[in-house]
Amino acid sequence: MSGPRYPGFDTLSLHAGQRPDSQTGSRAAPIYQTTSFVFDDAERAAGLFGQMRAGYVYSRVANPTVAVLEERVAALEGGVGAVATASGMAAIHLALATLTGQGSHIVSSRALYGGTHNLLAYTLPRFGVSTTLVDPRDPAAFAAAIRPETKLLYAETVGNPRGEVLDIPAVAEIAHAAGIPLVIDATLTTPWLSQPLALGADIVVHSLTKFIGGHGVAIGGAVIDGGRFDWEGSGRFPQIVERDMGLNELDFAEDFGPAAFIMRARLEGLRDFGACLAPGNAFYLLQGLETLSLRMRQHVANAQAVAEFLASNPAVLQVTHAGLPGHPDYALAQRLMPRGAGAVFSFELKGGRAAGRKFIDALQVFSHLANVGDAKSLVIHPASTTHARLDGEALARAGIAEGLVRLSIGLEDAQDLIDDLARALSVSQK
Amino acid sequence: MELNYQGAMTFIQTAGYAIDPAKPSVCFVHGAGMDHAVWTLFVRWFARNGYNALAVDLRGHGRSGGTALESIESMAEWLLGLLDAVGVAEVGLAGHSMGSLLALQAAATGGAKVRKLALLGFGYPMAVGAPLLDAARANDHAAVDMMTIWGHDAGAQFGGHQVPGLSISTITKRRLEAARPGVLFADLNACHTYAGGADAAAALACPVTLILGDRDRMTPVRGAREFAKTLQKAAIDMIPGCGHGMMEEKPEQTHKALVRALSV
Repeated sequence: MSGPRYPGFDTLSLHAGQRPDSQTGSRAAPIYQTTSFVFDDAERAAGLFGQMRAGYVYSRVANPTVAVLEERVAALEGGVGAVATASGMAAIHLALATLTGQGSHIVSSRALYGGTHNLLAYTLPRFGVSTTLVDPRDPAAFAAAIRPETKLLYAETVGNPRGEVLDIPAVAEIAHAAGIPLVIDATLTTPWLSQPLALGADIVVHSLTKFIGGHGVAIGGAVIDGGRFDWEGSGRFPQIVERDMGLNELDFAEDFGPAAFIMRARLEGLRDFGACLAPGNAFYLLQGLETLSLRMRQHVANAQAVAEFLASNPAVLQVTHAGLPGHPDYALAQRLMPRGAGAVFSFELKGGRAAGRKFIDALQVFSHLANVGDAKSLVIHPASTTHARLDGEALARAGIAEGLVRLSIGLEDAQDLIDDLARALSVSQK
Repeated sequence: MELNYQGAMTFIQTAGYAIDPAKPSVCFVHGAGMDHAVWTLFVRWFARNGYNALAVDLRGHGRSGGTALESIESMAEWLLGLLDAVGVAEVGLAGHSMGSLLALQAAATGGAKVRKLALLGFGYPMAVGAPLLDAARANDHAAVDMMTIWGHDAGAQFGGHQVPGLSISTITKRRLEAARPGVLFADLNACHTYAGGADAAAALACPVTLILGDRDRMTPVRGAREFAKTLQKAAIDMIPGCGHGMMEEKPEQTHKALVRALSV
């Protein structure tokens, strides 16, 4: 574009949502550690409660420190707005609860984070919301599973543990042809590697706990609204297109236009479900977000080097990283996320469960724990931890090999990571 | 509310309230490529504080059907007829940017119909640069980008929305993207070619408030200040640190200015 241009990604990572505090000049976003905000007068109080004035009432619904994080995440994803939540799972629940109700149906990729799978397969059915799980590599399967009561399609940018890359433009086209939104969990890729809204998705959710925070000290999540979905045209969302007498007589589509979804998520979802983000955690997450692109460059470079090393090691049966030419989604990953396919991937050891245990215990740089997206490299062996109660046959049904190991590659020197893995691989085969 | 007006379905946001002839009325008119939703907070406040509050979607905009009108004069005539059609005899009228030209023209030609006038993001003449006009004529997204960027103070590109969690610039961008092909050009060209400002100023009898952002890059305040000197009863309400899109950038300050300008 000739002429003016928008601020770039790194500038937004540092500045979006915040200008120096007008009272004190504080350059960093202040932590507004307060539950509530004093009203100037009775008229302003009525205006704030009635959605007639702009401002803050109570930190469960909105808080100035949290709002900086919300705007920053929205800016990096290209959304019209965001709501930050107490965790990534709270973000997923908020997005789904805003769109669904008794009798609703969801079509979701079956390559899901375990917590999301639990929510869709076991918890939401108790509230009358059912889900059909489909192969993320088969966009036609999403189309075939859509019913009249389907409210959304759901998937992750990159699946785990097989590293399936979602063809977001293809699945978005299917969703929009059916008049329903596509909701994407982009936690593992972050907006630096993939911007699902620009690829056609309508709503993005994040666990901010992972790469966006990066430091592993604060849990949080976010829902981001792309602002393009045609709620009126869909005909499936009366809660967004009809006046709601229980929510200040708001008609979200009429009153907020492109921000209809995210305003309902805040005004209903945070008010009634209450899974708000604490301002202190928002502050921690902002510190991480400031260096997101710098860190992600190193994460994906290290991950690529480690994946290539593993692929060449005789103790490794296979590596499922979409940055390797042998991966089934390599070409798709190159097209949709050319900066890299992320830094979380799995590989399968020779020697099954016993080798897996030896390998884990021999590592000295990698930390053995149940998280991903930390600045430090992490590892977990599902067959001896999260899925230890399953025998080999049951593991196979779950798609998890006994020798499967999941890595989250951090920011250490790549050679130190490779040396650590080489030593542990050697031990695992003895 | 919706009504069939001049052969097209026409939408007016009223916050869900019916028009009550016993109440005073205020009416808001959006700018180029926009729709009623830029006024939501203000419509809701006036509607709940004793007024009939109306934010129109101009013909061909937002939820209104028909083809966009191509001159400020025809838009003003359309608006005055619409107010008659819904039973509004007298009104406090506010317009933003293109809507301010339309409001000025309507106030000048509507006789006693316009009780008070608020002109937001106003400039006269409202010349539009060739790059923007050309991009709009071609329905090129560059027109959306230019209006999104120039339409706000540079600092607002980083955010700081007073409604928590919203993005000032991306909301503006989405609203402009939603305009039907040809609408943005019709609007900008209507602004560019409007030549009736001086005559309108001379004919105005009602009090006028110019609500301006001191960092407006689309309609710099210098032009509005000069125009104000030609008005009989004019006041300037300047919003510090604000660009052209004050309803998104500074909704609280805009609220206070509108209440001062339009209250009975």
